Amino acid sequence: MRLSWWKILCVVLLLIVSTAGFLGGVPAKPILNETIRNLYFHVAMWFGMMIFFGVSVVNSVRYLRTGNMRYDTYAVEYANSGILFGLLGLVTGMIWANYTWGKAWSNDPKQIGAVIAILIYFAYQVLRNSMIDIDKRARIGAVYNIFAFAMLFPTIWIIPRLVESLHPGGMGNPALNTNDIDARMRMLFYPAAVPGWTLLGVWITSLRIRLKLLEEQKLNNA
Amino acid sequence: MRKIIAALGAMSLVLFFNLAALAQTTMPDEPVQMADGMRSNGKIYVVVAVVITILAGLFAYLISLDKKISRLENK
Repeated sequence: MRLSWWKILCVVLLLIVSTAGFLGGVPAKPILNETIRNLYFHVAMWFGMMIFFGVSVVNSVRYLRTGNMRYDTYAVEYANSGILFGLLGLVTGMIWANYTWGKAWSNDPKQIGAVIAILIYFAYQVLRNSMIDIDKRARIGAVYNIFAFAMLFPTIWIIPRLVESLHPGGMGNPALNTNDIDARMRMLFYPAAVPGWTLLGVWITSLRIRLKLLEEQKLNNA
Repeated sequence: MRKIIAALGAMSLVLFFNLAALAQTTMPDEPVQMADGMRSNGKIYVVVAVVITILAGLFAYLISLDKKISRLENK
């Protein structure tokens, strides 16, 4: 096994998050109560999703520049992991919303924006898999992936910041808002929860990439 | 791949030092029901144990997958 240092780091960070996440101090807030701890899990999914979609589009551009099929494989697998993390973020958000906002789906701008973004990435997979010719598939897929990433800007970064939302950070910047969480939570969220979950996703993606490259190798040798 | 991870690491390091500067304040608690009682009774440790078990299982599975793929690559 290729046990790189970052896999150990991933294990350590996630163990820290899932102990300190439950035992550490959090601000007492009405409505949220202890569910504020979901920040370490639910919000980390979205950070992971954005990072994976970012890595995916970078690899699509690299594919278009070089024509190396390896980059196409990277782009597809990172998009897959982004979709997985996005769906997990959506489902965990709905569970959380059910017990704090009263119902799982309240057409919140962030909920709608996230769903549109994920649907656009579903379309990426559908479009890509609808073509048999591998070069055409990789090229059109890469071009569409750039469009899909561009659509993330309005759907999850711009529109939710412009309108009223049940989420914290509506009508402003959620990252600079100091009223929602305090330093105790920030110290666990940014250094441990975000990199921990992201590294887990990178680990899974790297396995899928290696498997796919092996498959292609086998096809070429056959 | 390696470059991406290095960049991620550098980013989180920068964030960490920013946060260390911010970490001086804690929020005043509002008077609401928290699970403090549950924690003092020790029950929250049950949740921690469950989550750690799930994580341990996931990690074991990932490591075994990683090993299998490495074996295939070396063949």
